[in-house]
Amino acid sequence: MSKEFDREQILRTSGVNPRKCMRCGKCSATCPSYDEMEYHPHQFVYMVEKGQLDELMASKSIYKCLSCFACVERCPRGVEPARLVEAVRLQVVRQQGNNHLKANDIPALLDDDLPQQAIVTALRKYSK
Amino acid sequence: MIYSYYPGCTLKNKAQELDRCARLSAQALGITLEELPEWQCCGGAYSMATDEIASKLACVRALKDARTRGHDLVTLCSACHNVIKQTNHAMAEDADFALRANNYMAPEAEYHGETKVIHYLEMLRDTVGFDKLAQKVTHPLTGKRIAAYYGCLLLRPGKVMQMDDPENPRILEDFIRALGASPVLYPYRNECCGGYATLEDKALAQKKSDTVMTSAREAEADCIITACPLCQYNLMKNTPEAGRLPVIYFTELLAQALGVDEEAKRA
Repeated sequence: MSKEFDREQILRTSGVNPRKCMRCGKCSATCPSYDEMEYHPHQFVYMVEKGQLDELMASKSIYKCLSCFACVERCPRGVEPARLVEAVRLQVVRQQGNNHLKANDIPALLDDDLPQQAIVTALRKYSK
Repeated sequence: MIYSYYPGCTLKNKAQELDRCARLSAQALGITLEELPEWQCCGGAYSMATDEIASKLACVRALKDARTRGHDLVTLCSACHNVIKQTNHAMAEDADFALRANNYMAPEAEYHGETKVIHYLEMLRDTVGFDKLAQKVTHPLTGKRIAAYYGCLLLRPGKVMQMDDPENPRILEDFIRALGASPVLYPYRNECCGGYATLEDKALAQKKSDTVMTSAREAEADCIITACPLCQYNLMKNTPEAGRLPVIYFTELLAQALGVDEEAKRA
């Protein structure tokens, strides 16, 4: 798929206008997964804007977002970077054969106390 | 007072105490919780994608059924509450999403977010009243230092959830006071426990949970309360055993203070 198609789809899926961003970095400062990410929330915003999607789509960073809504809540410009992380991840896992977590992998990950909520959420986030 | 009630899948399985103590306590407080007859799993996470429609339909069905039954909808699990409330908001505010969902489900009457969704804690605060709740306490938890753990999903996004100030909440602390105990404030009470990452990246969940646990311990709490089964799991399972505080559901504490359940875990 062309880079321009990916970019348009990500913008449409996310509903985000990256040009509203004023580069304050508050999203990354508040992100609980910051240390685990190769590209941080503020980088998603300007990289999508510039069309640097190959790097984002190939990065493990798209699986590190915890959907905690901290950056959504705290962005002073209403850019809501987590929406872009979600949209980039969907652009990857929606393609055939790209599920990050497969149903067959689940049994090995279970323990006696793991709540059902964790399993359905992980499948929602990592797979299509 | 009668409410429709959406327990969610985890409360039917790993988090049965959260549900059982909530029902016992509601009964003691003169509240009737009528479980929706055919609810389905909320999906655990609200997709922020504007073109995710099918994954939100189970919530729309529950919301539509609650409207038909004519009562406000009470939720309990933080994740269910977040997903259902955000879906309801989208049905009311996002015309494109509402059109697609209504077209797909073809309900007798289109649904546009008419059902009022409240969390059990909001029911305690706004319907029962924390002052009235305090009067019904028979086993006050005097002297207990309790850390309220909000996590993410009860509060954010604040403009949709509208439960409390998302950065400086007090509903759980006021709840703790109503039961006669002392709330302990600590810096990480509304930061993430690591959530579902425990399946994919356990080290990440361990790091985040330990930060929360350490923060509550350093504030000299005796125990932590939560409304979320996944927070409870992460804080109990993904933290070092040494120095781990007990983590219980807020409804267990409630049932204990109301004296309705001798088996409720001791704070």
